[in-house]
This record gives sequence, C-alpha cells and structure tokens, in this order.
Amino acid sequence: MRVISYSKAINETLHQMMERDDRVFLIGQGVTSPWYVGATTSDLLQRFGTQRVIDTPVSECAITGASVGAALAGMRPILVHPRMDFIYYAMDQIANHAANWHYMFGGQLSVPMTIWGIINRGGEQAAQHSQALQAIFGHLPGLKVVMPSTPYDAKGLLVSSIEDDNPVVYIDDRWLYEIMGDVPEELYTVPIGKGALRRRGRDVTVVATSYMAQEAIKAAGILEEDDISAEVIDLRSIKPIDEDLIFDSVRKTRRLVVADGGWKTYGVAAEISAKIGESGLFNRLKAPITRVCLPDVPAPASLALEQIYYKNAMDIVDGVKMTIGGDYV
Amino acid sequence: MSAEAPIPDAALLGMHQNMVRIRKFEEKVADLVTSGEIITPCHLYIGQEAVATGVCASLRVDDYVFSTHRSHGHYLSKGGDGKRLMAELYCRANGCSRGKGGSMHITSPDIGLPGSSAIVAGTIPIAVGSALSFSIQKRDSVSVSFFGDGAVDEGVFYESLNFSALKRLPVIFICENNLYSTHMPISDCISDTQIYKKAEPFNMPGLRVDGNDAIEVFRAARWAVERARAGEGPALIECMTYRWRGHVGPNYDIDKGLRSEDELKYWMSRCPIKFLEETLIERGVLSLSDKRQVYEKIEEEVEDAVAFAKGGPFPEERDLSKDVFKM
Ligand SMILES: Cc1ncc(C[n+]2csc(CCOP(=O)(O)OP(=O)(O)O)c2C)c(N)n1
Ligand SMILES: [Mg+2]
Repeated sequence: MRVISYSKAINETLHQMMERDDRVFLIGQGVTSPWYVGATTSDLLQRFGTQRVIDTPVSECAITGASVGAALAGMRPILVHPRMDFIYYAMDQIANHAANWHYMFGGQLSVPMTIWGIINRGGEQAAQHSQALQAIFGHLPGLKVVMPSTPYDAKGLLVSSIEDDNPVVYIDDRWLYEIMGDVPEELYTVPIGKGALRRRGRDVTVVATSYMAQEAIKAAGILEEDDISAEVIDLRSIKPIDEDLIFDSVRKTRRLVVADGGWKTYGVAAEISAKIGESGLFNRLKAPITRVCLPDVPAPASLALEQIYYKNAMDIVDGVKMTIGGDYV
Repeated sequence: MSAEAPIPDAALLGMHQNMVRIRKFEEKVADLVTSGEIITPCHLYIGQEAVATGVCASLRVDDYVFSTHRSHGHYLSKGGDGKRLMAELYCRANGCSRGKGGSMHITSPDIGLPGSSAIVAGTIPIAVGSALSFSIQKRDSVSVSFFGDGAVDEGVFYESLNFSALKRLPVIFICENNLYSTHMPISDCISDTQIYKKAEPFNMPGLRVDGNDAIEVFRAARWAVERARAGEGPALIECMTYRWRGHVGPNYDIDKGLRSEDELKYWMSRCPIKFLEETLIERGVLSLSDKRQVYEKIEEEVEDAVAFAKGGPFPEERDLSKDVFKM
C-alpha cells in the first residue's frame, strides 16, 4: 500500500469524490487559500473551478444555511469551517435546521451534507482559536459525528460522510495533518458508527478519540514497559457510538480509561462512562473509570499553561495507572 | 463644534507621537515574531496607524472602545500601557490579560478598553450594548466599535446597525477597510464594496474617509462622537487604509501571490505617518529636531516594554483554573 499524510488523504478524497459525483461541491472559508485549511484543498480550484470550489465571505450562518438549502435541492455540499470556534455563528442552521429537517417533516426530506470542522489549537492562540466541539454536536439529535485519527480513516470516513443521506459533522485536528499512514488509492468507505481496535490488551481498555487515539497508542507502548497491557479502541464515530466494541473490551479488561480532546464536563468521555454505568458491566469494573480530557477551563494563551492544559500520552499513562493502582476517595 | 473646527497643536503632536509609538511597537513585535520570541499570532497594525489614532484622539477616557484580532493599535491609542501589552504578547503573568489572552485578546479596563475579540464582528454588538448601558445610565459616554471590512460579511453587523439606530444609541462604528479579509480581496467578499453606504438603509449617517490621513479621521470621528454624545445616535465611518504586512505575522504576503508588490508599494508611499509629519512640518508645528526626539523617546519606550515583558513571570500551574468565574 501507499503511505501518505492525513491531510493528503483528505485532499485526495475531495478530488476523487468531486470527480465521481457532480452533486458534490466544496464551500467555506479558505478553500482557495494556500494556508487556511492546510494543504487539504490543494488544486481543487484549478480542477473544478469556482462553481464547485467556493471560497466565501466571513458569513458562517448564511453559508451554512445555504449549504442546507443546496442539500435539499439535490446537491451534496461539503461545508468547511476552518476552525470549530467559528461554527458558533452557524449553530442555528446546524442545530435547528439541518439536524431537525428529516424528523420534523416526518421523514420526507433529508439534508445530505458534510459539515467539516477543523480543530486548530495550540501556539498561544487562546480561547477563541482552540475548541474541540464534538460533544456539542454529539448532543444534538439528527446529527452524526465522526473523528478520524489516521490517514486511512480520514479518507474512508470522508467518503462515508459525503455518501450519507444525513448531515454528518466530520471533525479533524490540525495536529494530525502530518501523520503518515497506509491509504489505498481507490475510493473505499469506513462505516460510520464503527470503532477500531488499535491494540489488544488485557489489563485496561483505553477508548480514545481523534488525536487522543494516536496518543493512546503511544501510551500503550509506554505502559508495556511497566508490564501493563492496555487495549486501545479508537472510537472514530462519536455518534453513533460503537457500544459493542467498547462493552466487549471492558468485559474482558474490567477497567476503563476514556481520552478525549474536548472538555471533560458533559463531554464524550462522560457519555461513554455513563453507558458503562448504565450497563451490566458497572458491577464488574475493578476500578472507577478515569477520564483524560480538558479541564473545565477555556484555552489559555500562555505556552506555559497550554502545556498542562492539552493532554497527551503521559496523561493517559497516568490515567491508566490510576485505574490500576490508584487511591480513590 | 463643526467638523472644520481647528485642531489644537498639542492634539496634532499627540497624534503624531501615538502613530510613531504604534509603528515602532509593531516593528519590534514583527522582529520578535521572526526571531521566535513571540509565539502568539500577531496581526500587525503597520499602515493603519492613522485610524486608531484619529478616532481615539476624539475620545475621553470614560468612552469605550472594542477591538478585534488586530488590536495593538487600538490599545495603544486609547492609552493602554505598552509594557503590559508587550508582556501579553510574551504571554507573561504581568501582561494586560495576565498571559491568558495573547495578542488577540487584550484589555485595559481602566482606560476604556473592555476587550478585543478574535471572532470576526464579535465585538460589534457588544459595543452596541455598552452604548445601551450608557443611555440607560444617562451617561454621556460613547462606545466605539472597531472592525475590519471582513466583519461586514457577518449578519450581526447589520443587526447591530439596525438596533443601535432604532434606539439612537451612542455608538460609532469604525470600519477599517484595508481591502482584504485574510487571503481574500474585498471584491471577492462584498457585492457592493462601498461599506459606508450600508448605514443608509438604517437611517444612519455613513461616511468614507481617507484612513491614512489622521486629521481627516479625527475630524470625522469628532463629528460622530459629538452627535452621539448629544443623543443623536450612531454613525458609521469607513476608513480606507491598508495593512502593510500579511494577514498575520511579519511577512508581506506578496510572495504567495495574494496581492501585488505594486499595490503594496503604492500604499507604502501613502504612509500615514509620513503624511502627518509632512503636514505638521509644513505648518511649523513640528520641527525636525522635535521629530528626532519623538523617535528616540519612543524607541526607548519600546525597549523598556520588551525588558518589562521578558522580566515578567510565566503564569503558574495554579493560574490555569483561576478566573473561570469571578469569585
Ligand atoms: C467568525 C470568524 N470567522 C472567521 C475567522 C477567521 N478570520 C480571522 S481574521 C479574518 C478576516 C478579517 O478581515 P477583516 O475583518 O477585514 O480584518 P483585517 O484582518 O483585515 O484587519 C478572518 C476571516 C474568525 N476569526 N472569526
Ligand atoms: Mg480587512
């Protein structure tokens, strides 16, 4: 197989999907910019022209609503928000309109659109240029939410998102863009709603999302040196969640750590913990669940604070050790 | 006072100093970003100095201004302490936002700068709201909203114009039209690029001025401020200007094919500082030796600011979760 970067995988998918399906078009801020969305949109404008590669004014609400309308009228828009933080202006169109349309009209109409939100944090950018909003979208009925962590999934989940007849929020992270991995040249899908078992282990299950899934694999390597065998599940889909995969693993390891790059409070990790808490596995856990997420704090600017704020493999290692030998109150 | 009323020499000299202060400060920041000492993304104000200067020269300390991602010029012009601004760019605990905000989030509440937001158009309705508060409190303060041409793309801009006109609020909308919104020229973003005309449908006066002419900006702002103080409602002033550097950081963005070198050169030839200096020297208000002294004093000030910033402590671990709420 061929090894390419995560951002190249997205770029290739956009080329191939737009080539294959006339209904697909790309719209949003920065799709013709040399830097705004990394290299993910390279050469699309040259190839498909301004009718299908639409760089937009700074009008998140209207452009998102326009994408909903285009989807209702037979197109398959890929709408990019180059930073998730800017999506708030568009929340009404996403939450009240795109997400509800199918249900609200008794299943007669659907909104097949991909809402692509990029997490772009660090570098002393502070609270308005850093947010990871998967939990907010996961909370809303009518939206599917995916977060690929590898180049292979970046491609396969993007194809699935575009092909899906519902609004799908596709979330990637700029910290993943340079990661290299095997990616087939031809189009393929990764099913929405299925997680991936990245590493087998006996002692603890680590369920992780997006960038934290990469960190979880590193953490498992570090833990091995201490004779701790961690099983790593890359969630891939925030909604629907692959409950079976998680339950099967926890049934075996009887310990759970959840690592997510969003805020801990009311977050993705909270949802997974609740699912275990509601299940028969609750009684079988050997230790309380540990969540490795952001504290309930906006992103600070100072690098000195960013270094503690954002979580990494070592935080997962610590989380695992807590479930194995920690003192709980 | 009419727009034509004379401007005292002291005010003109103050504007000159302020513009030099912004320029020297920003040039220093550009160097520090290049050398990697400053990490926080900095959107430099070089080339636009006359706008913040002219507007803020028409304000009192109890008037508010709200700023954007391109915030340094607004802060310095309103009277913010350059030392604390530089320290914020170093993201130190002695910075004006205590290292939590960085370049795009600066504040100086004591001198009427309650904050700057990196969300395009984010502070426009907030400025309207502070004007609402002044009107409820029967204070004669005014509120100024600085924003770029890109903010005119956002719906909240129009909602804010309408609401402020409807309630005759003492707010002045200052659009700094520098012809670009990130990588996009204005003609790719706005169907009618005469931004000042967007006021008219809201029954609000809108005017366009040369944003590189501090005196013209000042006259327009003074006119709008006096109206607003007198309870005659809001106004929109479009200031035509240009940022010399790229959207963010110290580069010029000509290598990327986003704008032409000729265009940049044209605007550099219309340097707002040179323009005011020539006028003041011609009028005999500023001598060459005064001018030299201004530059020397300000260069020293900037060095002091850097020393203050570098000497500042980093925020500590316990500061991370501090200040989420007011206790
Ligand atoms: C809501 C939102 N959308 C997009 C951005 C990204 N962004 C940052 S600055 C900017 C353009 C601003 O242009 P303008 O308002 O003209 O200000 P200038 O940078 O020219 O001073 C954009 C689109 C943002 N910060 N906020
Ligand atoms: Mg602009």
